[in-house]
Amino acid sequence: MPSTLHSERADVGRFGPYGGRYVPETLVAALDELSAVYAAARVDAAFGAELDGLLADVVGRPSRLSEAPRLSERVGARVLLKREDLNHTGAHKINNTIGQALLALRMGKRRIIAETGAGQHGVATATVCARFGLECVVYMGAEDVARQRLNVYRMQLLGATVVPVESGTRTLKDATNEALRDWVTSVVSTHYIIGSVVGPDPYPRMVRDFQSVIGREARAQMLERTGRLPSSVVACVGGGSNAMGMFSGFLEDDGVALVGVEAAGEGLGSGRHSATLAAGAPGVLHGSYSYLLQDEDGQVSPAHSVSAGLDYPGVGPEHSWLRDTGRVRYEAVTDGAALDAFRAVCRLEGIIPALETAHAFAWLLDPARGWAADDLLLVCLSGRGDKDVAQVAALLGGRA
Amino acid sequence: MPSRLARTWSALRAERRAALVPYLTAGHPDRASSLAALRAADEIADIIEVGVPFSDPLADGPTIQRSTFDALGGGMTLAGTLALIREAGLRKPVVVFSYVNPILRYGVTRFLADAAALGVAGLLLTDLPAGADPALERMVAESPLELIRLVAPTTRDERLRDTVRGAEGFIYLVGRLGLTGASRDLATGLAESVARVRAATALPVAVGFGISTPAQAADVAALADGVVVGSALVERLGREGVAAAAAVLRELRLAMDERTAAPVTRVVSGAAR
Repeated sequence: MPSTLHSERADVGRFGPYGGRYVPETLVAALDELSAVYAAARVDAAFGAELDGLLADVVGRPSRLSEAPRLSERVGARVLLKREDLNHTGAHKINNTIGQALLALRMGKRRIIAETGAGQHGVATATVCARFGLECVVYMGAEDVARQRLNVYRMQLLGATVVPVESGTRTLKDATNEALRDWVTSVVSTHYIIGSVVGPDPYPRMVRDFQSVIGREARAQMLERTGRLPSSVVACVGGGSNAMGMFSGFLEDDGVALVGVEAAGEGLGSGRHSATLAAGAPGVLHGSYSYLLQDEDGQVSPAHSVSAGLDYPGVGPEHSWLRDTGRVRYEAVTDGAALDAFRAVCRLEGIIPALETAHAFAWLLDPARGWAADDLLLVCLSGRGDKDVAQVAALLGGRA
Repeated sequence: MPSRLARTWSALRAERRAALVPYLTAGHPDRASSLAALRAADEIADIIEVGVPFSDPLADGPTIQRSTFDALGGGMTLAGTLALIREAGLRKPVVVFSYVNPILRYGVTRFLADAAALGVAGLLLTDLPAGADPALERMVAESPLELIRLVAPTTRDERLRDTVRGAEGFIYLVGRLGLTGASRDLATGLAESVARVRAATALPVAVGFGISTPAQAADVAALADGVVVGSALVERLGREGVAAAAAVLRELRLAMDERTAAPVTRVVSGAAR
C-alpha cells in the first residue's frame, strides 16, 4: 500500500509541493529523454543485472555493516556503521555515478559533465568515465579547488578536466550553475551527472533510487546482525543523497526514527551556516522548488560549512517534504562539534570519517541525546576523510 | 481591447517593420545609468525587456551574469526594479524578465498586482518552461500581464504546440543552443526554426540569444517579427555608458528598418503566416 508520507508524484516529479522542473526551455527535451530512458531502465532486468554486477565488481558492494564498540560504549547504546567509506573512491557517490553513466551510454551520450563540492562526486564521476571511456568535465568552485587540492589532482589523474568556477560564491552552488550552463549549450551530446538528490525532475528521484542500495542493504544487514530494525538512523545532509539513499530503506518502518544532520557552520545565529531545512524558506534553485537559504529579495544566500560537501544553500526536494510531514527529523551541528566528532571517531574506531559524515557523528555523540541502553543506532558513514586531513591539520594547528 | 503588446505588433506590421527589443538589466551598471538607458531605449526601440537581477543566473552567459552581480552589488532588488520602471515612465511596452525565485519571494499575487499597476505589459520567466508550475502559470494568465513563452531549438514539435497554446504577447525564440551572449555567427537553420514556430501559432515571433551586430539584426528582422538584443547592449552600456548604448540601438534600428522595408521579406514572412 502506498504510504501517504512517501507520496511522490512521479508524473510531475513532485514530493508534496516540492521538486518540479524549473529550468530553461532548452533543457526540457533532455530531461524528457532522461526520464524516458530511466523509466525504461528501471523495469529492464538486463539494466538491473548490469548495474548490480558493476556495483559488486567496481564499487565492492555490498558495503560492510560494522560494529562500533568503543563509540557504543561512549554513547551508551549499540552503534552500527554502514560503511560507504569502504566503497571504491571512498564515498557513497559512486553508487549514483555508475547508474547514470549506464544511462548516458544508453542515450549514446559520450561526454559527461558534473559539479562537485568536496570533490567526492567529481572523483566518482571521473572514475566511471575512465572505466567506460567517456569524456569528463567537472566544474568545481575556485574556493573548493583551493581547499580540496588532493581531489582535484585525483580527478586529473583519472583523465577528467577540472574547471575552476570563479563566479558568485566560488563554491558548489556556482559550480552547479556553471555545469547547467555547459549543459544548456551541449545538451545534444552531453549527459549531466548531478551528484545529489537535487536539480530538476527526474534527478531527485533517480539519484535517490541509485543510492537506495545503501538503505536496502543496511536494513537487511541490521535484521541479520541484530534481529531487529534500528531505533534511530542518522545521516548527514548537504544536498542529501546519502541520507535519502539510507532513509529510503526505512521510510515505511514507523518505529524507526530518521535523523538528518545539517551543517550549522559557525552557528545558526551567525548567518554563516548551511542549515537549509533548519533556517531556510521554500524557493527555486537549480531546477527545483525546495527549502533554500535566501534573503528577503529572493537572492540565494551564501552557505558556509567547514565541510565543502555540505556547503550548499539548497537541499533535495524530498527532504523538504519529509521535513514538513515530520517523518524525518532534521538537526544541525556546528563546525566545532563536527571537528570534535571527527577526532573522536578517529580515536575510538580507527576510522577517519569525511567531515560531512562527522556531522552525523557529532549529533549522535552530543550528551543531550541521552541514549538508552536498548537503543540501536545506525549511522551512514558516507565517506572517508583522507581528503580532509590537510584541512583538519590546518584547522587544529597541526594538533592531532 | 487589444493588449499593449498586440497594439504595438499591429502598428509595426502596418509600418512593415520588425520590432527592436532591447534587454537591459535593472540597476546595471548603476541605478542612474540604468534609468537613463531605459529612457534612451524607450526613444529608439519598440518593446523593452527589463531584467530582474538574480544571484544565480544559470541561463545567462558571462556578460549578463556580470551585469546582474553589478546590479545586486548596487542594491538592486525586485522591488527596486519596479520602482525603476515607475520612475522611467516608459511609453513603450515593458516585459519583465526574471528568474522564478525573486517573484516567489516577493509574492506572485503582489508582484502581478504591482507590475500591472505600473502598466507592465508582459512577464518572461527564464526558468519556467510551459507546464512546469500550472498554479503559477494560471495566476499570470489571469493577470493583466501577458505570459511570454520561450521556444528553444531543442523544443520538439509536440511540446511546441503545448507551449504556444498558453502563450501570450509574442513567442521568444531562442535563436541558438546555449546561453545569452553575443556570438559571431547566427545559428544555421534559424529560418526553419522561425517557420516551425509560425506553423504552430499566429503570435509574433521575436528571436534572441547571440544577436550582436547590425548585420545580424537585419538578417533576423527579415525572418522574424522582432529582434532581441541583450548582451551586446549590456556590454556596451557597462563599458562605455548610456550614449554608447543608445548608439548601438540606433545602428541596429537603422540596419533592421532598411532590411525589413525590402519587399522580398514580406513575401517570406507573409507566405509563412
